[in-house]
Amino acid sequence: MTTPSPTLRKPRSTWTPAQIALTVVALALSVIWMAPLAWALSTSLKTPAESVASPHWIPKDFTLDSWRKVFEAGNIPNWFVNSLVVSVCVTFIVLLVASLAGYGFARTEFRGKSVLMAVTMAGLMFSPAILGVPLFTTVQSLGMVDTYWGMILPQCAPAAMVYILYKFFQSLPRELEEAAFIDGAGRWRIFFTLVLPLSKPSLSAVGIFTFIASWNNFLWPYMVTNNPDLMTMPNGIATVQNAFGIVWPQLMAGGLIAGLPLIVVFVFFQSQIVRGVAHTGLAGQ
Amino acid sequence: MSSATSTVAAATLRPRATTAADSARVRWGRRFQHGGWFVAPFFVLYGLFVLLPVVRGLYLSLTDANISGDHTNFVGLDNYREAFKDDLVWNSLWHSVQFTLYVVPCIVVVALLMALIAHHTVHFKWLWRLCFFAPFLLPSAVIGNLWWWLFQPTNGMVNHVLGLTTPWLTQKSTALLAVVVATLWWTVGFSFLLFLAALQNIPQHLYEAAELDGANAFQRMLHITVPNLRNITGLVIALQILASLQVFDQAVVMYQFGPGPEESTRTFVQYTLEQGFTSYRVGYASAISFVLFLIIAAVALGRMWLLRSREEGISR
Repeated sequence: MTTPSPTLRKPRSTWTPAQIALTVVALALSVIWMAPLAWALSTSLKTPAESVASPHWIPKDFTLDSWRKVFEAGNIPNWFVNSLVVSVCVTFIVLLVASLAGYGFARTEFRGKSVLMAVTMAGLMFSPAILGVPLFTTVQSLGMVDTYWGMILPQCAPAAMVYILYKFFQSLPRELEEAAFIDGAGRWRIFFTLVLPLSKPSLSAVGIFTFIASWNNFLWPYMVTNNPDLMTMPNGIATVQNAFGIVWPQLMAGGLIAGLPLIVVFVFFQSQIVRGVAHTGLAGQ
Repeated sequence: MSSATSTVAAATLRPRATTAADSARVRWGRRFQHGGWFVAPFFVLYGLFVLLPVVRGLYLSLTDANISGDHTNFVGLDNYREAFKDDLVWNSLWHSVQFTLYVVPCIVVVALLMALIAHHTVHFKWLWRLCFFAPFLLPSAVIGNLWWWLFQPTNGMVNHVLGLTTPWLTQKSTALLAVVVATLWWTVGFSFLLFLAALQNIPQHLYEAAELDGANAFQRMLHITVPNLRNITGLVIALQILASLQVFDQAVVMYQFGPGPEESTRTFVQYTLEQGFTSYRVGYASAISFVLFLIIAAVALGRMWLLRSREEGISR
């Protein structure tokens, strides 16, 4: 849909034997890849007794009971709001901070730039998984355990995003900024009114991936919160497993509720995402 | 353009500048001497939540600190010495490495295959993209629960479809494999997207030229697609190795935060966190974290070295 592929479109019919074969293979692979989700959906619509009976795809006693119970019993609306607050804040802060830093590294000069750049690149090797314990004690000494800030801020310094945007800003033609400068625009104005609008595809890719990563982040919120009221969706879902015993339909309904928002977002934005990845230079020369 | 006025202005400011553009370039360079302000907000966060923990972790790894931080003694390299002799360090490290060895080749092959299919089909491209990428959008906790259910021996989907009765989750030989399958299904979408974007970036005229020269589909694939995907393949492999060595989420959710049957799925990160948050041995946990960091740094530097030597090879 997004790729202009004129050479492939030209022939009279696109349903050549090769295309039919490829489409069949694609369809088979898609069915395999969707089967687990279909199984989860089918389980969530069964009664608990039916879910543990011999496996079958179509529920005999179709019921929305599990979905309703999950909403009523659990803290799901609460966790949903927490996830939303955390992910939106993280995405906003990362976009702002990483684009500023990427631009600073790509287009400005200042003392110590190369050192700071090297330190940032070294950060690509540190992840929350490695830093977990010392990061926790740091956040603890800042008094941020069990707070929104404690969940949000440690996710807001991703060296990888700075690097991606740095690469992108380097590829922008310098002449545009020079022209704006001749017309009297200051550097902040150039950045906000000229550079950022030109960077929309890259920014949206960075934003979307930050949002996905933050929405699905399990390890860090798990470490930094003990209060069930502050849990995010992934953490809540992991504890639901214990709370319900093993009531499979409810477990699957809860999982689908946690997963659906991003899938819906992806359905609407998928071409931007692919284009964004292509534009960021992530995909290489 | 107001070239006349700016030339005048430039001439008065910098007599030796010849054109407006030249002088602007000079002033432009000067104005941006203070670019540090652009980088500052990032570095505040980066300093607090990356650099400080790194330094702190290094210090803690030389102490016997517990979680509350009182009675901390400096113990030198004792933690590292202990880690060397700790069977569970080696054991959990081996699980993470094993996991990486299984997962990375699978992901690269499947993602590439998916990308080629999605790129070369003419119809329903959006559908393939959606189906292959959708699992990546689910939280790891959901992946853990979902595959725990799918791998149930008597009423799980996997055995139902394959016609088996394998107790995947409870026997040592298949426990880690179950995590691998779940991870492949979950994360392949990201690499698929990278491959797809790289395929779209290959200039179309290369294929047209090859077709005019009489190259068939297989030859075009071999001589245009494969060489053009070399960089992205390297990137995907590197990213996957780094991510896989740090595996934690899906494994612990599938095995309810336990070590799996006969301790077969405890990963390195899991062991670190157990030491830090269950045994409250923050110093020891920091020390073993740095063992993992050294491994990851070695992989990352190895990749950089590889890239550099290849670039030099090309330029010479």
